[in-house]
Amino acid sequence: MELDPLLLSRFQFAFVISFHILFPAFTIGLSIYIALLEVLHLITGKDVWGRLSRFWIKIFGVSFGMGVVSGIVMSYQFGMNWSRFSDVTGNVLGPLLTYEVLTAFFLEATFLGILLLGRNKVSQPVFTFAAVMVALGTLASSFWILAANSWMQTPTGYEILPDGSFAVTDWWQAIFNPSFPYRLLHMVTAAMLTTGFCVMAVSAWKLRREESVTESRTMMSMTLWLLLVLAPAQAVIGDLHGLNTLEHQPAKLAAMEGHFHTNPEGEPMSLSLFGWPDMERGAMAWDVAVPYLGSIILTHSLTGSVVGLDQFERTDWPYVPLVYFSFRLMVGIGLFMIFMAVAGTVLRFGKRGPWGTGWYLALSQWCLPIGFVAILAGWVVTEAGRQPWVVYGLMRTADGVTPTLTGGDVAFSFGLFIVAYAVIFPAGIWFIRKLVVKGPPPELEPLGKAPVFGQKQPAAFGADSSRPHKGGF
Amino acid sequence: MDSLDLTLIAAGILVLGVFMYVLLDGFDLGVGILYPLAPSEHCRDLMMDSVAPVWDGNETWLVLGGTALLAAFPLAYAVLLPAFYIPLMLMLIGLIFRGVCFEFRAQGGPSKGWWTTGFFAGSLLATIAQGLVLGTFIQGVEVTGRQFSGDAFGWFSAFSFLCAVGLVCGYSLLGAGWTILKTEGITRDWAWTLVAPLTILVLVIAVVVSLWTPFLHEWIMGRWFEWPRILFVAPAPLAGLVLAGVLLRSARTRNDKVPFLATLGLFLASYYGLGVTLWPYVIPPDITIYDAASAPSAQIFVLVGLAVLVPVTLIYTAYSYWVFRGKVTGDAHY
Ligand code: HDD
Ligand code: HEM
Ligand code: HEM
Repeated sequence: MELDPLLLSRFQFAFVISFHILFPAFTIGLSIYIALLEVLHLITGKDVWGRLSRFWIKIFGVSFGMGVVSGIVMSYQFGMNWSRFSDVTGNVLGPLLTYEVLTAFFLEATFLGILLLGRNKVSQPVFTFAAVMVALGTLASSFWILAANSWMQTPTGYEILPDGSFAVTDWWQAIFNPSFPYRLLHMVTAAMLTTGFCVMAVSAWKLRREESVTESRTMMSMTLWLLLVLAPAQAVIGDLHGLNTLEHQPAKLAAMEGHFHTNPEGEPMSLSLFGWPDMERGAMAWDVAVPYLGSIILTHSLTGSVVGLDQFERTDWPYVPLVYFSFRLMVGIGLFMIFMAVAGTVLRFGKRGPWGTGWYLALSQWCLPIGFVAILAGWVVTEAGRQPWVVYGLMRTADGVTPTLTGGDVAFSFGLFIVAYAVIFPAGIWFIRKLVVKGPPPELEPLGKAPVFGQKQPAAFGADSSRPHKGGF
Repeated sequence: MDSLDLTLIAAGILVLGVFMYVLLDGFDLGVGILYPLAPSEHCRDLMMDSVAPVWDGNETWLVLGGTALLAAFPLAYAVLLPAFYIPLMLMLIGLIFRGVCFEFRAQGGPSKGWWTTGFFAGSLLATIAQGLVLGTFIQGVEVTGRQFSGDAFGWFSAFSFLCAVGLVCGYSLLGAGWTILKTEGITRDWAWTLVAPLTILVLVIAVVVSLWTPFLHEWIMGRWFEWPRILFVAPAPLAGLVLAGVLLRSARTRNDKVPFLATLGLFLASYYGLGVTLWPYVIPPDITIYDAASAPSAQIFVLVGLAVLVPVTLIYTAYSYWVFRGKVTGDAHY
């Protein structure tokens, strides 16, 4: 059988970006949390904030490392597998990605060095400043990369040059394209929710083993307030995001809702809860649907008309089941997150509190991965729903692939990526687990000043030799 | 053309960015390559401590190189990356492994030996792959219309492999210079013993590559020996010879700062020589920087950003090197 370089490149892209996004999703939220802890520590001088921060910084270091290496892969992927896409969109995406490198990556990388290894070299205000810079870096990174992605979803502010490539006529419009504000807000909130549930899970696990009890209670209490605000907010933002999609990418929305037949004005659209989108017949099978609800959510009227897939050429349809089910998975998790946040808050008013309630702790502990699952599901909705276009309505994915690429080339690279990630991912998880087991440090090491150049430090050598010297060559 | 040649400025910045990458990641890749030769596990710990705070920033120059190429010369990006598909793939795999090893190895535990090996193997693989890319780039890639039209194995040539070996030796020399600068005691003494042999290796390979290059293409031969271009070409080999002499002498006099700085100079000389040879081609010998340039709206937007942000970046990068200045003593771990 002939290997199809286009199909393989799509799978490879999906694989490496899904792997990448797991780490930023976690580190965007975590860097903000660490910055908050450091600021609290600086202001109040209370030891516990510093110790919690130290605990999470170590975990941050491990996951950031994996985010960086998988990110470097991404920036070369574009040219290696999607060279025609790069040639045509380079005028637009190149500058956005360059701004990302300049405003975000250098900032993160440099100040992370101080955060991870500079504890005994700088003063507390400088240390706090470094934490804030890293958090700002992750936010700037999200800003630019999501501007790039949103432009591919809802392109504005461009012209098409005689040689067929895009050029920007108005950068403001190209960056603040119609879907960008919603996507940025929804993604950053998603990242904070994801991290929030990780913090909850770690605290719950510690509490159930009766370790680091004060610290874990502090973490859980803080995080619950955050979740109480963010989980419902995310549903509202998501709803707005969907309305925006209806306006600009109606085929994607129709796929999300399994809406095959356009309902005329005056006839209500029902909201499909669960069924099988049968693309062949062009209708839902075994559909369980709530009458009127579709029109109410999407048009804010009882019988508003919503464009269905029948308004589009079959060749312009995305693969509907993937979009439909991923959407349900994400929204389902979103609703469950609201439940967890509300339940925890209600338990606060009880005698034992959420930290003393067995079932709640058990449930929280198992919520560790749900944010990640929701984020991957959401991105599948976004990206698979955009198909068959790579730049919506303007350039087809099939026209973007590198023409000289053979199936064998991609099979080789894809295989290597799978092997590499299969080694580093479990290892990373294992190290993070080890750090969690170890828990927050019982006391803070003192801040220090850098040793003078060339100064002899015999004491440090002595202390160092107690480290295990194992393995190697 | 405008009075202000935007394409020229963009090319200049790109050249600077790639050079920053080669220097900065060069020494930390070099430290990885020298890993198996280090006299003890303790030395390896110190060597890693000396690069751990800065490696991520160093590698970010590579990301900048990629994205700035896309932004300023999208055509070159779209042709070169497919042409280097397999070597770039190997480079990425190498960088993945060595990158995670910084954190993983620092966690200690029974798997530490694995990550020591991974750090070495990843650094070596990434360097070889970069050398192959360099060699293939000098050899030239096939282009038809706006796309690469060669096959995936264009990089497989004796010349590319020679470049790869040369780069391995060059990065090792930088790594040794860095180790001398940042450590003391047996680690430093050991690194000193590497300086002379590595310098000789680098020198020999550089000479062979330089003699070989004009035979790859007639147009290079023509360029090198044409008047007045020869005036621009000549300083590169002369500076190279002088610096090699400085390095060999330093192996006896042992001033800790000399090897690193002299090797930087050596890289600068080679880079300069390459630059004047290929100028103004971005894909020799078909496509010049002007053919590949992006639309003016993209160029202006990027250049404004670069003009403001690169200086800021350099300032805080310098600050971070200053924070971690001096010799590493092994107490930096968290
Ligand atoms: C913690 C993660 C998370 C949670 C709980 C939710 N989402 Fe989401 N969603 C994402 C994480 C996410 C995401 C991964 O971040 C996406 C992918 C692209 C984007 O902008 O955000 C996304 C995309 C996305 C889209 C696709 C828009 C498009 O690309 O055109 C819609 C319509 C929604 N979401 C709507 C919702 C609704 C109604 C939710 C109700 C609870 C919801 N999301 C919860
Ligand atoms: C929604 C999508 C994305 C978001 C929110 C995002 C965000 C981030 C963040 C926050 C980091 C810092 C590292 C970390 O926290 O783990 C990072 C790293 C990185 N990302 Fe992504 N990213 C996304 C997709 C992409 C894509 C599509 C590319 C390719 C162009 C890319 C390229 C990179 C690179 C090169 C790095 C390494 C930076 C370094 O050297 O410090 N990312 N990303
Ligand atoms: C970070 C979260 C993201 C995930 C999980 C994700 C997922 C995917 C998936 C599953 C595909 C394959 C779709 C298909 O072929 O059916 C895809 C394609 C693609 N995405 Fe994304 N994506 C993400 C973010 C981004 C961003 C931020 C960009 C650009 C800046 C981007 C650019 C592309 C491109 C160029 C393709 C290849 C062409 C195509 O198959 O449509 N993606 N992505």
